[in-house]
Amino acid sequence: MADVIRLDGVEKSFVVRAKTGRLRRERRIVRAVDGISFAIERGTIVGYLGPNGAGKSTTVKMLTGILVPSGGRIRVAELDPSRQRIELARRIGVVFGQRSQLWWDLPLGDSFDLLRHIYRVPAERHRANLERFTEVLGLAAFVDTPVRQLSLGQRMRGELTAALLHDPEVVFLDEPTIGLDIVAKAAVREFLAEVNRERGVTVLLTTHDLADIERLCSRLLIVDHGHLIWDGGLDELKRRYGQERTLVVDLEEAAPPLDVPGARVTRVDGPRQWLSFQRDETSAAELTAAVAARARLVDLAIEETQIEEIVRRIYAAGA
Amino acid sequence: MAELRALASIYRRLIGARIRAQLEYRFSAGLQLLGTALLTALDFVAIALIFANVPELGEWDVAEVALLYALATISFAFADLAIGHLDLFPQMIREGTFDQILVRPLPSLFQIVAADFAVRRVGKVLQGIAVLVFALVALDVDWTLGRVLAIPLAIVAGAVIYSAVWIALATVAFWIVDAIEVVNAFTYGGSFLAQYPLGIFARWLQGLVVFVVPLAFVAYFPALYVLGKDDALGLPEALRYASPAVAVATALVAGVVWRNAVGHYRSAGG
Amino acid sequence: MRLDWELARRGYRRYAAYPGATLAGLFTNVVFGFLIAYILLAVYEQTDVVGGYDVRDALAYVWISQGLFSVVAIFGPSWWELARRVQTGDVATDLQRPLDLQRTALAEDVGRAAYQLLWRAVPQFVLALLLFEITIPDEAARWLVFGVSVALAVLVSFGIRFLLNLSSFWLLDYRGPTLLAIGVTNLLSGMIVPLAFFPGSLGTIVRLTPFASMLQAPIDVYVGEPVGGSVGLVLALQLAWVLTLYAAGQLVLSAGTRKLVVQGG
Repeated sequence: MADVIRLDGVEKSFVVRAKTGRLRRERRIVRAVDGISFAIERGTIVGYLGPNGAGKSTTVKMLTGILVPSGGRIRVAELDPSRQRIELARRIGVVFGQRSQLWWDLPLGDSFDLLRHIYRVPAERHRANLERFTEVLGLAAFVDTPVRQLSLGQRMRGELTAALLHDPEVVFLDEPTIGLDIVAKAAVREFLAEVNRERGVTVLLTTHDLADIERLCSRLLIVDHGHLIWDGGLDELKRRYGQERTLVVDLEEAAPPLDVPGARVTRVDGPRQWLSFQRDETSAAELTAAVAARARLVDLAIEETQIEEIVRRIYAAGA
Repeated sequence: MAELRALASIYRRLIGARIRAQLEYRFSAGLQLLGTALLTALDFVAIALIFANVPELGEWDVAEVALLYALATISFAFADLAIGHLDLFPQMIREGTFDQILVRPLPSLFQIVAADFAVRRVGKVLQGIAVLVFALVALDVDWTLGRVLAIPLAIVAGAVIYSAVWIALATVAFWIVDAIEVVNAFTYGGSFLAQYPLGIFARWLQGLVVFVVPLAFVAYFPALYVLGKDDALGLPEALRYASPAVAVATALVAGVVWRNAVGHYRSAGG
Repeated sequence: MRLDWELARRGYRRYAAYPGATLAGLFTNVVFGFLIAYILLAVYEQTDVVGGYDVRDALAYVWISQGLFSVVAIFGPSWWELARRVQTGDVATDLQRPLDLQRTALAEDVGRAAYQLLWRAVPQFVLALLLFEITIPDEAARWLVFGVSVALAVLVSFGIRFLLNLSSFWLLDYRGPTLLAIGVTNLLSGMIVPLAFFPGSLGTIVRLTPFASMLQAPIDVYVGEPVGGSVGLVLALQLAWVLTLYAAGQLVLSAGTRKLVVQGG
């Protein structure tokens, strides 16, 4: 089966007891996940997005065996996470951004060793993996340091290693780059890309960092209010919602907002003006010529719609 | 079987790592061990003080009570060593660390049990052994092979019973996080109670620890057998030999209760 | 004065915020109350009086000691909270305030004690009255003196705990000694067995320690068996300990503060 992850009509409801008044409690049913279906092919990196409270982490918890779904069907690596938790655990790797799976007061290397035994990885395979990861992620510098003394960037590299040492088929990453500096983020992304390329590991990436998505994800799943509101490629997303472009012009001197056909001035800051236009209505070249005809141009730049904006619109549309 | 061997090996490694980490600070560990031993010895000081004033407690003299105390304390100490850090369990639920456990390819209870090993708790064992030695020296026991074996057997069975009760009670943390101390009342209260001859307690308490939470089988019944005493409760003699069976039964019950509780956690959303 | 009241209120509210924990603690004390009551009943089957306590006195002892357990903080975070702050360095902000750290700590502790008196000691006592036959003083004067003695006991307890917390200025690992001190307190305060059970002159000596003033003293007053035969003497002893411990606390605090300043925290 080419699909390593498969969800069919998956639901998850919680009973929430909210306090109404001093003593009474009201029973409410919250549908955190309300009928989500998708399938992920082996060897892909998929981004899983959604606003907070959308049902993202609930879905991931169901996929990893932590939670049992209220309805629907889940198969990961052909196993049922709710019934075959331990067997599945051997075949997956998980990194929860905020929480750690490493042993806090032991040196990082000791954690790797303990995990080797817990996951029953053959010694030779473990050694080979560790060697490779050490090289790529530069672990040698801090592998003997107790985990609690590591910086966030170092710890995250340790977590990723820990999640991959046992050659999992699927890796679930929850906010793996959160809190990292730019250099560290880039290193993590490169590492994930390589692992996916060289080992065919399927990655489900939950993130708010859209740069992660740009770099890694060929496919995006966007969930909101328990529903899937987008399932497709990034380019498709940009095409559908990223029609708007912005021409940023630096004039020789400050001027009132330019009146140019096919564009709208959205902002003026001294000699700089931002002109917004639709991709399919006006071409950048035409617009530039039109501006140059009306004022003296010193410099210009073109901005695409930020992904943040696109995603925001989708969230807003889905609400 | 191979599965059990694998688990045992993993347990050894995990515990070994914890022990090594603690022994790095040898002086501090030793001091804490001594402190723990002295602290738990206070319970026996109380017994000694009682017997400084009266010759018997419910028809048990000081040496006989010392035997009770020793069996109860050593069993409890081993249980404490094995699963004592279960009291971190409510915190794990609160902080979401339990999820991390569910993602690993090991049984959840096993992971909690193997999570830590407090070297200082060995102090409790040592203190119990000291009292046991005193009891055995002071007592005039009609030793048979059965009676000799009964003591280590009672300790092992007792440790299992305590552990099982503790685990079953700890699952309360899945539902009530705030009032976890109620569980402590039962576990520490239970171990305190087991140090004394059962006959002195009210009927309802006796029934509770014989038929519901079988702590009477940790020390009382084995002691009756070793000492050849009459049972003030008037219960069948067979109960004196029942500790191992009770241990197995409570272990099974604890396992079921735990699995149930984890199932509830996984359905209710954690 | 106003600030003391505010601090006391804060101490009160810190504990009032966890009614579940209070209930659970009360439950624990009740459980142990039952167990120890039965043990003492068995003791008194053999004899009528031990160290001046008859069976009704002994039962009163059980329930008052369990009731006051939280009030005089025989155990609890107040044994090491300040010590933690010293070690993490948070205490530096405390010391920078214009107020004496000991005084503010005391005010908060009094608030805490008040909460636990109301919500753990009193319910426990009422339960005891209903279920067991315990000694009940019939003179109002005795109740009054008992109240004073309890108040003094809280102050003595504070003095001991405060000093112990301050050891963290010098000891890196304060947990070992703290554990030991708690153990000693358990025994010598009369929490485990009435100090009257200590044989012979040992019983008298043991009641002169500050630990005895924490718990056994008010119980002795209640039951009418004050050491040395005079209630006034017991109260005077308690007061003497309060003052001594407070003075010692001041000395040790300034020594510790100096050390902190010199070391740079």
